[in-house]
Amino acid sequence: MSRRWREISVSLPSLLWLTLLFLIPTVLVLAMAFKPSDGYGGMGPGWTLETIRSLRNPSYPAIIGRTLGLSLLTTLLCVVLAVPMGYYMARTQRIWRQTLVLLTVVPFWICFVVRVFAWKHLLHPDGFIRHGLLALGLIAPDTMLLYTTGTVMLVLVYSHLPFAILPIFAAAEKFDFQLMEAAMDLGATRWRAFTHVFLPGIARGIGTAVLVVLIPALGSYVIPDMVGGTESEMIGNKIAQRTFGDRNLPHACALAALLTVAVLGPLMVMVFGKGRSGTAEKSVGGVV
Amino acid sequence: MKRSRIPLLTTLALLLFFYVPIIVLVIDSFNGSRFAGTWGGFSVKWYAKLLQEREIWQAVRNSMVVAVAATFCSTVIGTCAAFALHSFDTRLQRVHNMLIYTPLVVPEILMGISLLLLFIGLKIPLGLFTVFLAHVTFCISYVAMVVLARLQDFDFTLVEAAQDLGASNWICLRRIVLPLLAPGILAGALLAFTLSLDDFVITFFVAGPGATTLPVLVYSMIKHGATPVINALSTLLLAVTFAVVVIAQRLAQEKHT
Repeated sequence: MSRRWREISVSLPSLLWLTLLFLIPTVLVLAMAFKPSDGYGGMGPGWTLETIRSLRNPSYPAIIGRTLGLSLLTTLLCVVLAVPMGYYMARTQRIWRQTLVLLTVVPFWICFVVRVFAWKHLLHPDGFIRHGLLALGLIAPDTMLLYTTGTVMLVLVYSHLPFAILPIFAAAEKFDFQLMEAAMDLGATRWRAFTHVFLPGIARGIGTAVLVVLIPALGSYVIPDMVGGTESEMIGNKIAQRTFGDRNLPHACALAALLTVAVLGPLMVMVFGKGRSGTAEKSVGGVV
Repeated sequence: MKRSRIPLLTTLALLLFFYVPIIVLVIDSFNGSRFAGTWGGFSVKWYAKLLQEREIWQAVRNSMVVAVAATFCSTVIGTCAAFALHSFDTRLQRVHNMLIYTPLVVPEILMGISLLLLFIGLKIPLGLFTVFLAHVTFCISYVAMVVLARLQDFDFTLVEAAQDLGASNWICLRRIVLPLLAPGILAGALLAFTLSLDDFVITFFVAGPGATTLPVLVYSMIKHGATPVINALSTLLLAVTFAVVVIAQRLAQEKHT
């Protein structure tokens, strides 16, 4: 058997499967955005720009803006919280380091719906947190902890934080901390050594963290659906509503196409930048 | 050098942040009171109620069928893909690499709607079969990544030694490569299993009415008014996931000893 033939035979199953069930459907969504709706949940004949034009629906700009805003803020918060934790994990003793990695990874393994539900349960109007805050007089009796944009933000950070910690820790683990000591011996304050030596040293890890948080955050759907209100809907919710609620698939596809365009930029950086760095791969490998 | 306390405090705060909601949920699943704010004594009545609900058993069955089938298929395909990516460095493999890699980062909702569209277009009725197809699709990439990571540590001189001693390619694969790689492949399979068991978004899009899996059931129970039964069900799901993680960790450690 020639080498070329062997290569093709081991590559073929995954190539075929992913072409048929990933690549083609993704392109299909983009194409469907240019189909008219027949009003019964299917596609009408011919091609049209009408579906794309319907995105000018006055409620959409706010939703798109909120999706971008919440995702960017989530990314920022995740990175700001992950950097000190990654720093601590890299500097602590080996045995603690492994425990901390495990403790960071375990929430990632727990069913996503259960994790979001746990927050819904915790912040429930009858839950002990709200009762406690009421008893301490910190909130007014009519304050709701659930179904606000703030809650969505909180749970977004909660569920994406492990993705930020792992690549930042992986980069910090390889960082030579003597460089920071050298900077301080030369008169830099600890803060200056941190911002001017450590942060640039783990820039690549931070870059990976930004991408692996930002991309899934943009496509959030379950979190705003479960702990958010009508004032905190994101693009993902609208896609689901158009798909299941009023069965307007072309419209859902137009929204999905919009989301694809939004994630395409960071996605390209990730896929093409990856070949050389390999840090992104480690972050996925590190989870396992 | 005196160290700053901020990193330690952040780490402790984040660990609390990670685990408090989960621990409260588990504790409340044993709460005799209907209301989360009051403690009504230790009780397993929600678990007893859980066992009586017939649709839960149906969902457990659906989840297991899909997870086992999807794990098997994606492990075989993903392992082949990892071998291809590791052994060859051609233009085809660069395309292959991208095709394996992209599904890992594409938002789930996009994969869900695109698969739904494909199944509708091909007139494949929605059900357990479409859920299985969807799960294999996202599991392949994870299995391939895990096995590829193990292949990079693999000592290929062992293969050369076997070949020098006259082993055929087939014997070599079966007696040397696969046994040594088994922990890696198993780790990939376990990851695929938990991912399939836990997936909600993609399943929700392609399941159709008859193919409710456990996460989809949990979701619809939450939507139709939360009762403490959900706490019990969530705790059980947690326990299963933890068991799988412990097994996976054991496997990972065996590699080093």
